[in-house]
Amino acid sequence: MAKKNRMANEINAGSMADIAFLLLIFFLVTTTIAEDKGVLVKLPPFSNEPPPELKLNTRNVYSVLVNAQNQLLVRGELMDIGKLKSNAKIFISNPQKLENMSVSPKDAIISLKNDRGTKYGTYLEVYNELKAAYNELWEEAAMAKFGKGFEELSSEKQKEIKEEIPLILSEAEPTKFGEEK
Amino acid sequence: MSKFKKKQGNTTPGISTASLPDIVFMLLFFFMVVTKMRDTELMVKVNTPQASEMTKLEKKTLVNFIFIGRPSEKYEKQVGTKPRIQLGDKFATTDDIPLFLAKHRESVPEGQKQSVISSLKVDKDVTMGIVGDVKTALRKAGQLKLNYSAKQRERTK
Repeated sequence: MAKKNRMANEINAGSMADIAFLLLIFFLVTTTIAEDKGVLVKLPPFSNEPPPELKLNTRNVYSVLVNAQNQLLVRGELMDIGKLKSNAKIFISNPQKLENMSVSPKDAIISLKNDRGTKYGTYLEVYNELKAAYNELWEEAAMAKFGKGFEELSSEKQKEIKEEIPLILSEAEPTKFGEEK
Repeated sequence: MSKFKKKQGNTTPGISTASLPDIVFMLLFFFMVVTKMRDTELMVKVNTPQASEMTKLEKKTLVNFIFIGRPSEKYEKQVGTKPRIQLGDKFATTDDIPLFLAKHRESVPEGQKQSVISSLKVDKDVTMGIVGDVKTALRKAGQLKLNYSAKQRERTK
């Protein structure tokens, strides 16, 4: 009698695992471990005065224009986005010391200009390619100088390389073409 | 000999599964804690572009989010289909940005205010006009650290 009573009082916990599994799978599926990543950008401070006219040697300026049709004009020539990175790298490092490219990586200036009608996707792609060009140059410099990847270097050594190949990217005010109505 | 054999045959206990629920519950709690339900409802459609040169956003408390995109279907009737800015949980214009930034800065501990980052979550099909306006507003408000949110992809060859 007593034995029977005790048996009736015990709740069967065998299905507990199944229930917990069910919940677990639900949370596994819904979890998107939110990883917020993006292209980091530093803007220049705002000033009302027009920027001072700088006499820049045109050979040092790598001008990139992106128009409202999402076409690329690099130093006066139409270009494919796929070729932008390698072209920019050659311009910045100028391995053959050509007359029409930057005197040294220190002098190179990238000038980026877009229309108001340019698609954001295209703009970011261009920005990303230009940044990639510098990242690859830093990587190569790190390999040549210290025999290590850029990421593995100490911050002072990274700074040293960045001083030799500084990323100077100036963005002009966008022109008013192709504004969406 | 025969005794030994018999005993072995009798005592093959299956692996106890009694601790299985505990293990599963532990995993369950882990995922419950890690899962972050979206706290602000997205009122604009944002499909971020892809990029390869990414930086991770480390401290969530130092980041404020600005969404730009076309209103989702639910809000199309109210505000039309032109790209809009969403700050917090409402639609906004570039004029609202300074106040939004100031409010966020208040919640940031002293001494870390200069490392506040604005994360721009912008739809890839939006034109640069509105993005440029936001950028100018951010510059005017002294918020110079930006992060264009994007999806990871491989670097092109």
